[in-house]
Amino acid sequence: MSLLLLLAVPLAGVVAVSCDPRRARRLVWLALAALAHLVLLGFAWGGRLRDSRVLWLGFDPLGGLVLTLVSVVFLAVAGHSAVYLQRRVPRGGRAYEACLLGFLTSASALCLTDHFGVLWVAMEATTLATAPLIYDPGDRHSIEAVWKYLVICSVGIALALLGTFLLALAQGANAPDLLRSSLVAARALEPMWFKAAFVFLFIGYGTKVGLVPMHTWLPDAHGEAPSPISALLSGALLNLAFLAILRVVQVARAAGQQRLLAPVLIGFGLGSVLVATALLLRQRNYKRMLAYSSVEHMGILTVGIGLGQAAGFGALLHMLGAALAKALLFLVAGNVLIEYRSKRIGDVTGLLERLPISGALLVAGFFVLAGAPPFPLFFSELAILRGAIQAGAPWVAAGLVLLQLVAFIGLGVRIVSMVQGGSAPGESRANESALLLASPVVLLGAALALGLGLIPSLQNVLLAAAATLGGSAP
Amino acid sequence: MIPLSEALLLLVLLGDFAVLGASRLTFTIRITAFQGFLLGMLPLAIHHPWTGQGFLLASGTMVVKGLVLPNVLRWAMREAAVRREMEPSLGPLSSVAAGLVALGLGLALGRHLPALEPTLPRLLVATSLTTVMCGFLVLTTRRKAMTQVVGYLLLENGVYLFGMTLAGRVPLLVEMGVLLDLLVGVFIMGLVVFHMNRELESLDSARLAELHD
Repeated sequence: MSLLLLLAVPLAGVVAVSCDPRRARRLVWLALAALAHLVLLGFAWGGRLRDSRVLWLGFDPLGGLVLTLVSVVFLAVAGHSAVYLQRRVPRGGRAYEACLLGFLTSASALCLTDHFGVLWVAMEATTLATAPLIYDPGDRHSIEAVWKYLVICSVGIALALLGTFLLALAQGANAPDLLRSSLVAARALEPMWFKAAFVFLFIGYGTKVGLVPMHTWLPDAHGEAPSPISALLSGALLNLAFLAILRVVQVARAAGQQRLLAPVLIGFGLGSVLVATALLLRQRNYKRMLAYSSVEHMGILTVGIGLGQAAGFGALLHMLGAALAKALLFLVAGNVLIEYRSKRIGDVTGLLERLPISGALLVAGFFVLAGAPPFPLFFSELAILRGAIQAGAPWVAAGLVLLQLVAFIGLGVRIVSMVQGGSAPGESRANESALLLASPVVLLGAALALGLGLIPSLQNVLLAAAATLGGSAP
Repeated sequence: MIPLSEALLLLVLLGDFAVLGASRLTFTIRITAFQGFLLGMLPLAIHHPWTGQGFLLASGTMVVKGLVLPNVLRWAMREAAVRREMEPSLGPLSSVAAGLVALGLGLALGRHLPALEPTLPRLLVATSLTTVMCGFLVLTTRRKAMTQVVGYLLLENGVYLFGMTLAGRVPLLVEMGVLLDLLVGVFIMGLVVFHMNRELESLDSARLAELHD
């Protein structure tokens, strides 16, 4: 069996849902493809899937980590989508399921390929596959959101293509094959071209990560998309874009360009945390508030990778934990939206009375995100702070702690106001469908398993992936 | 005598300025199509001897950038009944002046970057960077959604031009993937423009300003 199966299975799913006129059966196809993808990934971790020459596919710890995260989030999103599609008026067409599976196909290519050109093509394909999903509600707000998303991300990714060409020039005139393995092995890159390549790749892919000041599409897209899609964007798409930046960092580390990396990564990362925290405090819409929290966490990841050492390890763990927490919170936000029919924080009170399980999950998700022990973000944030001290930058640690505290209080106050208080008279306790709760519970379980160290050899995989990024054991 | 490749590049530059100074949307779509044809011809003018892969890429570029994309845009314009004026927030004269600044920057940058292979035309990097900057200018200073797509195409043409520095060394599969992405991307943009018009009865993207903090 070859790694190509990880692309072939979701692609076969695209064909199946496109041809199948029956809605219920399309959902079965979607669930089957998502489950098969996760099972195949298990085989890939066991070394049972061969590398493939087609698309230069290979399995490495870093790509494997991100793809596994994407696959888990995807499964949860697929489950929640079943309810979304049932309630949608008119009942959902095939485009939704086909685009979802198209996204999973391109995510597999993006995580597994060794070729920077294929990486680019796959990244643009994720933008194109998610655009119709964001637009699915079809109202004027979702049009505005999808337009910003398409234009800003397409321009960003066009700049990343320029960066990819520059990277080939940096590799030299003899054999610019743009393979990561040969770029890492070469060690000697033309520094002038490489600097230009790094700038364009960072700005380009950074646009899709949602780093400030290229983040402007993000709150609109997350706020207006159907909730399962917001969860997919926050839990999967942003991390795929971050993986693209990590691939560039791997090459830069091998080429001895660390001094170029740290100021750019730490600068953009801290800037993103600062601006996102400030804007988070101003939000009245809970989905937009969660979106800014995503920008904040992507900023923390970027700082962690810029610091290296223990922080590099911490950033990878943080990526997993924050992605699970954000996907969980967006799915629960979807449950809240179904019940209250409003995205305004002020319109939602007494959640614990009206939707007790969703309310409890919202609070639990907040604690995962806030880094309460035993959740993974507690350990990852400690590692990032230790990395900052190791790197001789205690002011970075101080800044992060302060901003995190402000974001914690800001988010906490708003979430408490949502879950507490009595519900208005005449509105009794609503029925919570099991299907709406299953996905968030699975994500919460995954986050708990990460934090408690229940996942076998996770530590070793994280260390191996972090080592290629200048990270080390905390 | 100017070599053919340099002449083609000069025509691309001329196209940039034509878009900046234009007042009609259909005209700018025609210009990006013309640039698409030039981009298809360029690798044939630069790289001798011709190879099968080179031919495939050249014809693929001409078909997608020169024929399919402009027709998708024309279809969206017709179906959505887009008015033809550009409605720039920066007038044609100022736009062209800004384009000249971009050209100066492009030439200066082209001079400062490390030398490329001697067989490549000298204007290549400068033309590419100027086209990218002009595309960015059109994207940011035109208010209509459809004109922004034209700006994006211009920018993409510039990036594609830069790829000529490596023509033949990027695998065909990847090049075709890039073209396919562009094609699907513009198709989806066309669809969104179509729906936008039905929803808003105007394609003024400046009216798309209800989402903010």
